Amino acid sequence: MFRRLPDKTAAGVVNFTIDGVRHVGRRGDTVAAVLLLSGARATRVSAVTAEPRAPYCMIGVCFECLVTVDGVGNRQGCLIAVANGMRIETQKTRREVGA
Amino acid sequence: MSEATRSPLPDVIVIGGGIQGCSTALHLARRGVKVLLIEKDHVGRHASGVNAGGVRRLGRHFAEVPLSVASMEIWQSIKDLVDDDCGFESHGQIKVAETEAELATQRARVERTRLLGFTHEELIGQAELRDLVPAIAPNCVGAIICRSDGAAMPYRTTLAFKRKAESLGARILEGVHVTALKHIGQVWRVESEDGTHEAPIIVNCAGAWADRIAAQLGEPVPLEVIAPMLMITARMPAFVKPVIGAQGRTLSFKQYDNGTVLIGGGYRGRPNRDTNWTDLDFGKLADNARTAAALFPIMAGAEIVRAWAGIEARMPDDIPVIGPSLTSEGVFHAFGFSAHGFQLGPAVGRVMAELITTGATNVPIDGFGIGRFDTVRAA
Amino acid sequence: MTTEPELKSDYDVAIVGAGPAGLAAAAVTAGCGLSTVLLDENPGAGGQVYRAIETTPVRDPKILDRDYTDGQDLILDLKDTTAQHVRNAVVWSLAQDGEIGVSIDGRAHMLRAKRTILATGAMERPFPIPGWTLPGVMTAGGAQTLLKASGIVPEGRIVMAGCGPLLWLCAYQLLQAGCNVQAILDTTDPAAQRSSIRHAARFATSPYVTKGVKLMAAVRRKIRVITGVTALAAHGDGQLETVTYSAKLGPVDRMTADHLLLHHGVIPNVNLAMSVGISHTWDDLQLCWTPNVDSFGTTSISGIAIAGDGAGIAGALAAQCRGRLAGIAAVRAIESNATGLPDELTVRRDLTHAMRGRRFLDHLYRPSRAFRIPTGDTIVCRCEEITADQIKATVALGVEGPNQMKSFLRCGMGPCQGRLCGTTVTELIADVRGVSPQDVGYYRLRPPVKPITLAELAGLPQTEDATKAVVRL
Repeated sequence: MFRRLPDKTAAGVVNFTIDGVRHVGRRGDTVAAVLLLSGARATRVSAVTAEPRAPYCMIGVCFECLVTVDGVGNRQGCLIAVANGMRIETQKTRREVGA
Repeated sequence: MSEATRSPLPDVIVIGGGIQGCSTALHLARRGVKVLLIEKDHVGRHASGVNAGGVRRLGRHFAEVPLSVASMEIWQSIKDLVDDDCGFESHGQIKVAETEAELATQRARVERTRLLGFTHEELIGQAELRDLVPAIAPNCVGAIICRSDGAAMPYRTTLAFKRKAESLGARILEGVHVTALKHIGQVWRVESEDGTHEAPIIVNCAGAWADRIAAQLGEPVPLEVIAPMLMITARMPAFVKPVIGAQGRTLSFKQYDNGTVLIGGGYRGRPNRDTNWTDLDFGKLADNARTAAALFPIMAGAEIVRAWAGIEARMPDDIPVIGPSLTSEGVFHAFGFSAHGFQLGPAVGRVMAELITTGATNVPIDGFGIGRFDTVRAA
Repeated sequence: MTTEPELKSDYDVAIVGAGPAGLAAAAVTAGCGLSTVLLDENPGAGGQVYRAIETTPVRDPKILDRDYTDGQDLILDLKDTTAQHVRNAVVWSLAQDGEIGVSIDGRAHMLRAKRTILATGAMERPFPIPGWTLPGVMTAGGAQTLLKASGIVPEGRIVMAGCGPLLWLCAYQLLQAGCNVQAILDTTDPAAQRSSIRHAARFATSPYVTKGVKLMAAVRRKIRVITGVTALAAHGDGQLETVTYSAKLGPVDRMTADHLLLHHGVIPNVNLAMSVGISHTWDDLQLCWTPNVDSFGTTSISGIAIAGDGAGIAGALAAQCRGRLAGIAAVRAIESNATGLPDELTVRRDLTHAMRGRRFLDHLYRPSRAFRIPTGDTIVCRCEEITADQIKATVALGVEGPNQMKSFLRCGMGPCQGRLCGTTVTELIADVRGVSPQDVGYYRLRPPVKPITLAELAGLPQTEDATKAVVRL
């Protein structure tokens, strides 16, 4: 439930996947931002009762945006800029080990 | 008029609110002795509250084995003593041997414990080790096991001893530093930030600060202040139940029911006992991390969420000081547990209570006398 | 400013955080020729207020105006110096002797600096209401971050709740971007309003007052504002669907919503500062822990200073000034004959001017007790899902502080390391025990202040000491 304002700058386009599905973003987007833009409401589940959660603070403080990037788990998506070929995987089950 | 002069004189003043002090206070209170415990921070603030929680007889210095075995009996029914199970779980403690030479050392050790009349340590071979600890590195050849050793929650345990002692009439003063000790007639005058307290008997359970108390009594001990470091991970899938150590490496390794893994090994940080501060040494923690991953390959993907170090006292021979003062009538010591005192706490308190009330204890403690140090004999 | 990837092991000055305070401090120290490294965990410099300033797609000054774009000057000032700005650098430890542990692109490094300046800024105050963990509930600051960095805005029905200048600014920016902000649920406490009156005159001289007044008027013309909100909750099955609220202790009303943006001011992000033992005091006006610093930002630990909102909330303009002052002190400590320092008196004058009116805002927007001390099964610790009732029950067992509580509850032991529950837990325990938050204290924070993998730690170089001096267990 997010949309992108019209962008008149010439920032490059970035190609990546979210859970195997191809997406396109803008250079400078963070992983958390593209996850929200992709329409996902929940982007992971909580550690104890597996309740749906989503990014809350967007500035690296809340750790709700944890996601697996290029095979490495529990990364803070709001601190990572998307890059070409990046594989983003959401942690929809109670994730326990990184990679 | 201060509270100290209004309430009846305690029979015993215990200095220090770690596990040894709280256990001593409890066992004395159970015998109807009036106890005042004075703790400079809060109960369980230091080593007793932040250690790895290991409850083991395995691998102890032989001087400690009788005390450890006696303490283990108390642990088996700790809830009856302190109205709290203290988070005690016993899935065994295992000390792995990675080479045949290490296994041979272990075999000799187990034989020696048998000769001394103790049966808690057993040698196991590779097959049983792999069965009990499937995640261990495949090169491990065997281990010593104590099947009913385990671990508990250190702060919770120390607090339980404190609360039970209070319920039996002990008075616990927190946030109060003892500043001086003076013998006046038959009584010890303890000066503190809370005023003066007096009692005929003092027990020095002051941990990493106990040498300062001992020095005031003319018994300067060579106590070293250390800060053994620990790390805890985020939750991992369950892969190990017993507490694990290693014969040839420094490692202590335990996974809790919630999946988090506690990694220790006695690598030292830098303590400051006057500011209650410890600085961690990440170069050493890196080594600790490498050791953990070498023994448990699954650990390579683990995440460290916190590291810390408590402030502990170490004696040069790595065993504690337990027993009466050599210079001062009515003073007893129980300190210097050298990073492995937690499991001993329940029995140490009972031993101190026996010594104080009857003059003797049936657990052998001669090896722990304060007089064994040159510095004390020379003073 | 150089961006060479090669990290050295020693610097004169290390600065953590490339927001206004960090950028300003780095310009001073590097400008005087001191070797300076500026470490920031984000992909770009600017901190929060100037987020993505180098790359933002939002060029419309009606959405992001001069208060944002002026931040570019700070970056330009730095470009002329030899300061080394390292992006995606997560500082996870700082020792009292100046050793820093930092991870860059999955690799851990240790480095040393003679002087360290912490400029890690602020974070949103936790806003624990029932349902605050539902997807669709976010901070207003978070919405601003999405806007600034990517021009991404929430779609559908947006409800905003809380109080404070940032709430109004965010509402204004979202309106300008064409968003459907249905209502602002204003929680400004009438008691707080009364106590702010005596500071109002001074606020009239603040650099923010004109813009603030205009902005609020513009927002009120377009958005329904419900004042005196005393209770708030978010509801939905797996995601936000409705928001309930009551105003002035009246009956409960409800609104459907796709997004709920919360804001109750910002508080210093204390984790790194506390983990190195810097002493803090509970500020009962701002309701947060603030480090004890002198007028140069020097802390209780020699060689470590704090600048910007991390030293106490005062805004972006004040942050730059405090960054410069910390930079000046660092230079003087290392190179007493340095030339090229900014004039201290001028910086102090600018700082005084920048801070005019803060007292008024601090009083006016002090959140009410109901929103700081939750009840029932409202989640306090989001990471470990610990509720207010669970915390109260543990205190009743004789557990007196947040550290002692760790034997009983996992409160504060999750990955955020107490950032989102800490102030709530301190105030809750203080409330149950009837003592001050100062007496209760805070989590004993230790490094790593952000989780690091065992593999990263294992990758640090072997040290001599490591193989010696180990205690026999």
